[in-house]
Amino acid sequence: MATVRVYVTLKPSLLDSAGRTVAGALQKLGFDELSDVRIGKMIEMQVEPYSEARVKEMCDKLLANPVIENYRFEAVTA
Amino acid sequence: MNRVAVIRFPGANCDQDAFHAVRDDLGLECHYVWHEDTSLSGFEAVFLPGGFTYGDYLRCGAIAGRAPIMDEVKRFADEGRPVIGACNGFQILCEAQILPGALLLNAQEKFVCKYVHIRAENRQSIWTRGVEKPLRIPVAHGEGRYVVDPETLARLEDEDRVAFRYVDSNGELSDNSNVNGSVSAIAGVLNKNGNVLGLMPHPERAARASLGSADGLQILNALKLVTANH
Repeated sequence: MATVRVYVTLKPSLLDSAGRTVAGALQKLGFDELSDVRIGKMIEMQVEPYSEARVKEMCDKLLANPVIENYRFEAVTA
Repeated sequence: MNRVAVIRFPGANCDQDAFHAVRDDLGLECHYVWHEDTSLSGFEAVFLPGGFTYGDYLRCGAIAGRAPIMDEVKRFADEGRPVIGACNGFQILCEAQILPGALLLNAQEKFVCKYVHIRAENRQSIWTRGVEKPLRIPVAHGEGRYVVDPETLARLEDEDRVAFRYVDSNGELSDNSNVNGSVSAIAGVLNKNGNVLGLMPHPERAARASLGSADGLQILNALKLVTANH
């Protein structure tokens, strides 16, 4: 059994309006050192058997949209 | 008379609006088709309605865009038949890669629900021909900011595939009229052959004067057209 964590992030060229809102909120809380926030998602999956190619296929077919997102993943095998 | 399929997905909420606009305002035969069905045989046109399919989980339209019926919608689109997706239907068409680009969270970070004006840019397609004046049509979305890479945008412009832009009531582009921060104020795009239209505004909610506007009919009239190869 492997635990796979897929990290999906908005492409850097695109405005992350939710991230901008969170950045504004953090700055209002006094975190002046902050200049940018970008929000992505982490998708954790259990797979057996683990195949890097198959997980890549999952990302390409559904988990990430190549028009707007990048992804990377890591697998921890028990 | 054309038979129009309104595809029903779990979480869609404009399927009945689409149905009544097609049947009662356009006077066409209309039937619901379940997203798990795999055939559109007997239909001449398809309407992908708005809503929040699958709760917008993962990405708006991502899961619906991979539903069993979508292979058939693709075939339909390739055959040159009229296919329209409004709001979530537009997001679904993009996720299914029937249309280019994607829809992101509005630039102003707010759900926007109001009447807007859109101007037909392409004047040749079945959906936009004869649309001379700006149309007054409602939008209701949180994720309607159209984005596309610069190369594809240039191709869309070259191929005259920008169907509609957000404008003011005089038909002019302005910072305020771009209701969600879409690239080049794009409200709707066409596929290469012009038979598939995706747009964020809701023409089916503007199909009768007593509901506030009948301007949507100028777009929906394309559903009446019978395609050459049917």
